[in-house]
Amino acid sequence: MSAPEPESAVSAAPVESASRTLLVTFVVCLVCSVVVAGAAVLLRPIQESNQKADLIRNVIEVSGLLKEGLTEAQALKRIDARMIELATGDEVNGMDTDTFNIVKAGKDPAISTELTRREDVAGIRREPRYLPVYRIVGANGELKKLILPVYGYGLWSTMYGFLALEGDLRTVQGLRFYQHAETPGLGGEIDNPKWRAQWTGKVLFDENWKVQVEVTKVAIDSSTPDAQHQVDALAGATITSRGVENLLKFWLSDKGYGPYLSRLRHERS
Amino acid sequence: MAYQHRKILFDPILDNNPIILQVLGICSALAVTSKLSTTITMCIALTVVTALSNAAISVVRNHIPSSIRIIVQMTIISSLVIVADQFIKAYAFTISKELSVFVGLIITNCIVMGRAEAYAMKHPPLPSLLDGLGNGLGYSALLLVIGTIRELLGSGSLFGYPILLLERDGGWYVPNGLLLLPPSAFFLIGMIIWVVRSWKPAQVEEPEYRIHHAPRPEVAS
Repeated sequence: MSAPEPESAVSAAPVESASRTLLVTFVVCLVCSVVVAGAAVLLRPIQESNQKADLIRNVIEVSGLLKEGLTEAQALKRIDARMIELATGDEVNGMDTDTFNIVKAGKDPAISTELTRREDVAGIRREPRYLPVYRIVGANGELKKLILPVYGYGLWSTMYGFLALEGDLRTVQGLRFYQHAETPGLGGEIDNPKWRAQWTGKVLFDENWKVQVEVTKVAIDSSTPDAQHQVDALAGATITSRGVENLLKFWLSDKGYGPYLSRLRHERS
Repeated sequence: MAYQHRKILFDPILDNNPIILQVLGICSALAVTSKLSTTITMCIALTVVTALSNAAISVVRNHIPSSIRIIVQMTIISSLVIVADQFIKAYAFTISKELSVFVGLIITNCIVMGRAEAYAMKHPPLPSLLDGLGNGLGYSALLLVIGTIRELLGSGSLFGYPILLLERDGGWYVPNGLLLLPPSAFFLIGMIIWVVRSWKPAQVEEPEYRIHHAPRPEVAS
């Protein structure tokens, strides 16, 4: 560098003066905020459509429709999304299932209720009052599959997923998590197709419609009647496995989808 | 002052690697290298941010009062990181979910800040841009090596495609779970530093102190 400090084009005051410091701060902040805000606003539509597409793709995959030979577009047409009020099990009209954000709804005091420690089996603190459910109906209008959003706390993170039930409302069609931050290779193995496949065909209720499900570390003896309620836990991920068990217990209980499920059972019989 | 652009760009890859020689940016190197897809996204994001922040800081370097220079650098760097994060969320959605917080943490990556303070504040925009790019590439080169080793031996795959047939799928390879955990990257970085410093002894640091051997005092008997 040559000896004299380069003459500033922005201001006549020397670089180190207080007025100059304030001016530089102001200009840097202004430019940076315009850049950041611009990127956020311009890219938001793409990000939102990504999120929506990702959510619905998970619903389709957990439904098992793709295995029946349907394409994604065909499967999408079969899915009938409804909003329900959890406490009563009533369907709610006038709420858009596409734009409903489960993560936000679970934190918004206006549409969620706080859970007491005893109630909060899944470790979610607050429970939304309304949630979307996805129904797949057969040719004669009978319910073939029911897909329910479920979530709960694992080791590090809240795990968001979908539980797909068969038309009998007690057999699992699939369980799949689409958002979590569990340890890759350990708790993160809840994404492992092999582990997910174990859930298919498991029965979540006993004869009297009491929730019965267990993620167990003991080898499952398939000759016992309990085997249909048991799933092998993930190796090295005790707390994540327990989290999955707890969240299922919570969402299938009367605090969760219980009222809606019993309403569907009565409609059927 | 004449700048050797080629040297500025390529020196940080092997001779002056920010991780191997300066041992900077270790945190994210541990966190994102369990899979190649996340590794490569992180590498691109960091390289772009380092290059652009170096160039931007260099453009305004003569106007930054030294009393607030670190804050100004941080503001520019964090703005660029947020923009990069937004782009990843828009165009690589599934990968952005896996990287989660680590893109945001580029802000605290010592390499970005270190190059801004050590180079961009004293040099014109073009060499600064190249210096940022070179250091980003140096970081990327090492991360890609670690990511390849970790994904191949830890999950038996590369970019998610199976390479080694796993035992649980009826093959022969039993994956090493340790390589999926962050400490394994630490061991790998350590071994790479060892290898590079044995090959290029000029990179070995002077020990901070030497144990002085005092002559044993004579004991009169």
